Amino acid sequence: MGLILAILVQGIQMVLVLALAPGLVGFTRKVKARLLRRQGPSILQPYRDLLRLVRKEAVLADNASWLFRNAPYLIFATTWVAAALVPTFAAGLHFSWAADFIAITALLGSARFFLALAGMDIGTSFGGIGSSREMLFATLAEPAMIMIVFTVALVAGSTQLSTIAAFMVNHSTLRVSLGLALIGLIIVALTENARVPVDNPATHLELTMVHEAMVLEYSGRHLAVIELAAALKLLLYISLIACIFTPWGMARQDEGLVDMALGVVTWIGKLAVGGFLMVVFETAIAKMRVFRVPEFVGGALMLGFLGTLLLFVSRSF
Amino acid sequence: MERFSLDAAHLLAGGMVLVSFMMLYQNRILGLLNVFAAHAVVLSLSVAWQAYIQSAPHLFVTAAIALVLKAIIIPVALHHMVVRLGVHRDIETVGGIGPTMLMGIGLVALSMVVMLPAAAEADPIAREDLALALSVILLGLLMMVTRQNAISQIVGFMSLENGLVLAATGARGMPLVVEISVAFSVLVAFIVIGVFLFRIRERFDTIDTQALDDFREDRE
Amino acid sequence: MTAFLHMLPFAPIDAVLVVPGIAALILTLIPQYRLGARVNMLASGLTFLFALTLLIERPDPTVSFLFVDDLNVVFIVLGTFVGFTTSIFSASYIGHEIEVGRLKPGYIRFYHGMYQALSFSMNLGLTANNIGLMWVAVELATLTTVLMVGLYRTQAALEAAWKYFILGSVGIALALFGTILIYMAARPVIGEGNDAMVWTTLIANAAAFSPELLNVAFVFLMLGYGTKVGLAPLHAWLPDAHAEGPTPISAVLSGLLLNVALYALLRFKMLLAANPYAVAPGPLLVTLGLVSLIFAALMLYLRRDIKRLFAYSSIEHMGLIAFAFGMGGPLANFAGLLHMTMHSLTKSAIFFAVGQVAQVKGTQKIADIRGLTESHPTLGWSLVVGVAAIAGLPPMGIFTSEFLLVSSTFARQPLLAIPLVAGLLLAFGALIWRLTGIAFGKPSPSIVDAGRRPSMLPLIIHLALVLIAGLYLPGPLVAWFQNVARMLG
Repeated sequence: MGLILAILVQGIQMVLVLALAPGLVGFTRKVKARLLRRQGPSILQPYRDLLRLVRKEAVLADNASWLFRNAPYLIFATTWVAAALVPTFAAGLHFSWAADFIAITALLGSARFFLALAGMDIGTSFGGIGSSREMLFATLAEPAMIMIVFTVALVAGSTQLSTIAAFMVNHSTLRVSLGLALIGLIIVALTENARVPVDNPATHLELTMVHEAMVLEYSGRHLAVIELAAALKLLLYISLIACIFTPWGMARQDEGLVDMALGVVTWIGKLAVGGFLMVVFETAIAKMRVFRVPEFVGGALMLGFLGTLLLFVSRSF
Repeated sequence: MERFSLDAAHLLAGGMVLVSFMMLYQNRILGLLNVFAAHAVVLSLSVAWQAYIQSAPHLFVTAAIALVLKAIIIPVALHHMVVRLGVHRDIETVGGIGPTMLMGIGLVALSMVVMLPAAAEADPIAREDLALALSVILLGLLMMVTRQNAISQIVGFMSLENGLVLAATGARGMPLVVEISVAFSVLVAFIVIGVFLFRIRERFDTIDTQALDDFREDRE
Repeated sequence: MTAFLHMLPFAPIDAVLVVPGIAALILTLIPQYRLGARVNMLASGLTFLFALTLLIERPDPTVSFLFVDDLNVVFIVLGTFVGFTTSIFSASYIGHEIEVGRLKPGYIRFYHGMYQALSFSMNLGLTANNIGLMWVAVELATLTTVLMVGLYRTQAALEAAWKYFILGSVGIALALFGTILIYMAARPVIGEGNDAMVWTTLIANAAAFSPELLNVAFVFLMLGYGTKVGLAPLHAWLPDAHAEGPTPISAVLSGLLLNVALYALLRFKMLLAANPYAVAPGPLLVTLGLVSLIFAALMLYLRRDIKRLFAYSSIEHMGLIAFAFGMGGPLANFAGLLHMTMHSLTKSAIFFAVGQVAQVKGTQKIADIRGLTESHPTLGWSLVVGVAAIAGLPPMGIFTSEFLLVSSTFARQPLLAIPLVAGLLLAFGALIWRLTGIAFGKPSPSIVDAGRRPSMLPLIIHLALVLIAGLYLPGPLVAWFQNVARMLG
């Protein structure tokens, strides 16, 4: 009974994550519109968009290879697994032993790899621009992520996310290295999710696109799957930041259903707050020139370095 | 509470190191001035916190002076000056921002390696505060060395002074020097701003010290 | 005599500070040149007299912020004396500068006020019993000299002042950090607050301080105050500041300010020497001294501006002095103290002469200054004597101190004597070569002198003192130097 319940709860997390991702995107669009004094589309609009895309025919270029056809599913699969592993409303779920921070980074890395290849597959120049820019940012964002992982792991004593969350709940304290890691992680999150100031998700101009340029050739169900993967990625990052830095409210290991329900409510609240703050930041700042972004992400790498360095030198940092 | 006060002190001092890095990152003068104002704000918060945990009320005065003078008056004055002199809005750097940040990390590592063993006998708050303060000082020095614009050199120097004030407040019970160093930063700031920038502007059309360098003695 | 002193309403040591302070305030109100110069001379003279009384009676160190012991009484008397003679020189020199138009009359008040403020801050630095107060005084001295170097407002003067300001301020900041570290080392032993910064208390308890902290502190102090002393490679501000500022300031910089910074270094060296576990500060000073010596000696061959030439000579001699104090031991310390005194007197005398040379020839370029002994005999021959003195020819005082230093080095560390002697010979060669060009040969055109000539008196007095010291050092003076040499360890 215990095993079936545990697997069921883990399954519920996977489905919940998938179901809420487009809602989160809709929420952010709505808030942004309101901040800009527009009405904005309804929060459920992304669901309708996905449904519409699925029903349309997928148009492929003549020279599209098997990679182009299969990349969306690969991307979606890796992103969904990563998003499902991050502890959202409860720590210590059945598959939480696999929820290693480094593993999640690797999963996201593979998703990016396939996306970049798909962007270059057709041979158009905009796809090439998007892929090369994406890789430029990734060259710095991935090491930054790893350094942040090291910093957090040195503090918490493990790279497993449930253990980290449990540690943070028990030993809540202000630490310099955690502060640096938080800021670094926010910068990396902005970069990976293609938000302002790195990339404008709502742009129509191909020359300013990074993420959108790579998926320019996709249509129909392929595009639907890729859009869903992007939404999952956003949800993943916000949940990750919430799990590591604000883990209160999460149900601990082997707690009852009531606590888990409470965990779901708190988690949704954290998503809302995270989305809101992100949108406010986006509205307040302008997009950077492309060649300034490496310096921006390099800053995250520096912060990760600094956090790790401080921890190596003295335990009380 | 003991643990929390230690952590808060470290967080604020670490915040100053972070803002020093942000200053190294800026490539426009107006942005630099804003970040410098933030540096002074973090300094005054840090000094105020030290005043609270050390029960030294005179340090609150220092915090207030740092806030009013370095976070408000001097950035505003420099801002007016930049706008009025119409100087280059960009900061020319020697060596590019990426390598500069890497050197900054190296300097922070150096200051940790030097200070932490040396101050091993002192109490924990003071020891790590000194290490972080030395980092801020060295980063201010790095900024002065890698910039060619007189205003950014001044800002670098003032951030170096902020690091000194941080070190002096970390050293519990140090008399006089905190007030004196604040007074001197006032003096220095006014002398510099008043005398040199206008005179230099009068003589040259730019405050780019590279142009001033034409008069280096090696070429006479 | 002491009875007379007791009758005064204030102690002589306070007078050494109060007189320049009040004079500075008064002088900012006097825009006329002649009156201002006279008040300046009067104030400097009074300060010197009060400093002399310190030889006789010293205040109780536990009572006030100020104290006098054998070490700083030498510096104070020397400093006030050179300040006095320089004010005499300045009185006539500045008049000519105003006539020529290099200095605008509006700046007279500023110049005189800053001169006395500089005197005040230097005396404060020398007599302070509190390491924080000493730092404050040295910073104040830096600021006043920065303002004075930029006095002529030419492009070159502004650049020199800016460079001096930046490097000097960085040095001062590092010195402050070193001071904070000393406080941190002293606090566990002495307790919090003011007591842990009082010099007399510090030196008494130095053996109990944490040696690692003292080591790190000394490195910062050496970098910080070493910049102000002008040791290579921290010397970059020195040549420009000497060349572009008014000549009285060059004299004061070389003759006094470098000494005050060196004094601060010596105090901290004493502190470190009192702690048996701290690293020996000697080798660091020796290295810096040798580097300065060799570097400056080589650069002397390349200089084409007369003031820059002698500025590098100052760097060379400061290197020698640092080397001497780094070697330690009674003979080397004695040599260092003697050299310091002689160098102050000789270098300021040379700058007096050089200032006049620049005025009569209208240029500072060596190539344009020729045949001085023919066109201006008194000036030319005084310059010859001065340069011979600074190059180390007997029977002048500098020869004595250099000889003592070299022999002491041969006896203790023969290998170090090789670069030492090489540096001395190099510098000697450069100076004599330049001197023959300047002083002898066909005279170059000079400006037909239509104004008053600066007084030669200070120049002659200084050179006479140096000559006397070379021939005969009075017994009490020798005993006194030996006492201080012992104190320095």
